[in-house]
Amino acid sequence: MTDLLTLDGVSVEFRSSSRGLVRAVSDVDLSVRAGEVLGLVGESGCGKSSLARVAAGLAAPSGGQIRFAGEPVLPVRWRRRPDAQTGLQMIFQDPYGSLNPRRTVGSQLLDGIPSGADGPERQRRVVELLERVSMPARAADRYPHQFSGGQRQRLAIARALAAEPRMIIADEPVTALDASAQAQVVSLLLSLVREMDMGLLFISHDLALVHEIADRTAVMYLGRIVELAPTRRLMATPRHPYTQALIRAIPQVSATPSLPVALRGEVPDGANIPTGCRFRPRCPHADQRCLSEPALRSTMDSLVACWRAEEIASEGIRV
Amino acid sequence: MTGVPTALPQPKPSPDPLLQVSNLAVSLPGPSGPVEVIRRMDLTVSTGEIVGIAGESGSGKSLTALTLLNLLPPGATVTGSIRFAGQELLGLDRLGWQRVRGSGIAMVFQDSSSALHPMLTVGTQLTEHMRTGLGLDAAAARDRAVELLDQVRIPQARRALKAYPHQFSGGMRQRIAIASALACRPQLLIADEPTTALDVTVQAGILSLLDELRTEYGLAVLFITHDLGVLSALTQRAYLFYAGRVMESGATTGVLTAPAHPYTAALLGARPHGLGSGRTLRAIPGAPVVPGQAPPGCPFEPRCSFAQPVCRQAVPPLRALGDGRALACEVAPDLTEVTG
Repeated sequence: MTDLLTLDGVSVEFRSSSRGLVRAVSDVDLSVRAGEVLGLVGESGCGKSSLARVAAGLAAPSGGQIRFAGEPVLPVRWRRRPDAQTGLQMIFQDPYGSLNPRRTVGSQLLDGIPSGADGPERQRRVVELLERVSMPARAADRYPHQFSGGQRQRLAIARALAAEPRMIIADEPVTALDASAQAQVVSLLLSLVREMDMGLLFISHDLALVHEIADRTAVMYLGRIVELAPTRRLMATPRHPYTQALIRAIPQVSATPSLPVALRGEVPDGANIPTGCRFRPRCPHADQRCLSEPALRSTMDSLVACWRAEEIASEGIRV
Repeated sequence: MTGVPTALPQPKPSPDPLLQVSNLAVSLPGPSGPVEVIRRMDLTVSTGEIVGIAGESGSGKSLTALTLLNLLPPGATVTGSIRFAGQELLGLDRLGWQRVRGSGIAMVFQDSSSALHPMLTVGTQLTEHMRTGLGLDAAAARDRAVELLDQVRIPQARRALKAYPHQFSGGMRQRIAIASALACRPQLLIADEPTTALDVTVQAGILSLLDELRTEYGLAVLFITHDLGVLSALTQRAYLFYAGRVMESGATTGVLTAPAHPYTAALLGARPHGLGSGRTLRAIPGAPVVPGQAPPGCPFEPRCSFAQPVCRQAVPPLRALGDGRALACEVAPDLTEVTG
């Protein structure tokens, strides 16, 4: 399988008058293949959304390169995207903000359908798209406010599908929905990947959810990928102390319930990144070596950015 | 790091619960007449107990909380009984409710930034409360504010008093909102999805904090959530809400590990299992009932895979199953295959 979307050494920096230079994303390499779901997890403020925006071409990276189907992704401006790049679509967290409240659903879907098809063909396509996301054809004549949050997110997905994408970047697409609506939207996204061989970059702060759907999962902390592994592997034997902390913090339904374990401290400011390993101030295992920054390296079937990964594994840290 | 209490000691049930809601019904004005949004609700919370309310959006969780504080919009009608600390709350006048709010029952909302005034310092917001509610002078109120911030684990509490809400992270702001809710020493804290907007790592700290307040100060908490993992980890008893009714209730562990209602089982199936087998998300078919358009029978019947003709005839009453469990289902199917 070939990589559909590749990020090569991507960095994102902002200048802020009060905070100075903010490094939101530092030197990230990632790739997503056709028919694959790559999960990207991390706490708020770790740079997930900044990464998503540059990956989709909504902003330019400060460094590095993004390629979609072999071609560089160019930042969108007030012009039409090259046809080759409409195959890369994005779904946002807020289904209220991503649809125009003053236009019918049908007319917004029509916008996305590639030119070339004639009138009746385009109308047929609208009905097909609505069917694809399990919405009735009559939804085309209604306005976004007439739908619930979950339905609206499905309409936003239909809008993204109108362009016949090969790759979707979904930034927290179900965070605003309740569990049942979450399951519907997630099942829909998964079916697109499986049946239409689409690539999906699924960004979420909810590791439990990513576990359900991602083939591989990347864990991001303060702008860097700290661990990347096949999802089952990552969840069963997390190697990075941060991944371990994230998993321990998930409240579980259990016959012998216990409170989830809190991670000490908070995510530091991107304008004030700790020297050495970025996770060092919050890490229970930090020692002298952690004063210099570890690179993402291949060990124990994972990519891990931790000097002590092997020792921590052999100490048999409980998860 | 402070030790996190893991085993939750079961509080001794006191003869009279602190909060006893019986046969509560709430109607809100709608375009074509009143719409009943909460029906025949029974609910109790005892001192030193964390009780959970869970259910889908629109199931009446938050409306129940607002009813307990008399914060419903104008035109709402409430019938039944809300007894709190031996006093009937329904029928209280404005002043009576004012005495209950804050010093009897306090509330923490999902969005902490809207609960705190952005232009006032944390200190002003915390002490204002106490000077009116507890009649403290400025210095005493400030001391108590520092104590409260310590209690909710805000570092450098004295300095924090001079800061504004935006200078804190979301997790810290929610802690400050909890401190503010605790300012007048309430006996019952209602927490409406207080961790839904937070990261799991931050959520874990807030849950531990609430549990500490329960064990150390005997605080009673009514915790509203849609996350069954949170429900399991934090609460001792739980009520599962659907369409403004209790579908199932009882000791949380029992309800979640051996659900009796198909709705509870469906909610468990729709939740990501985290460390479970993976790829098993099962959406509940259909959409939640719109208030005022509930079918004549069981409100969950249209979405239930175990529905029988009997379910369409009448609303099943909530019946005691023994062991503190109660169930509103006529079929009561064997759910071991679904949840196992």
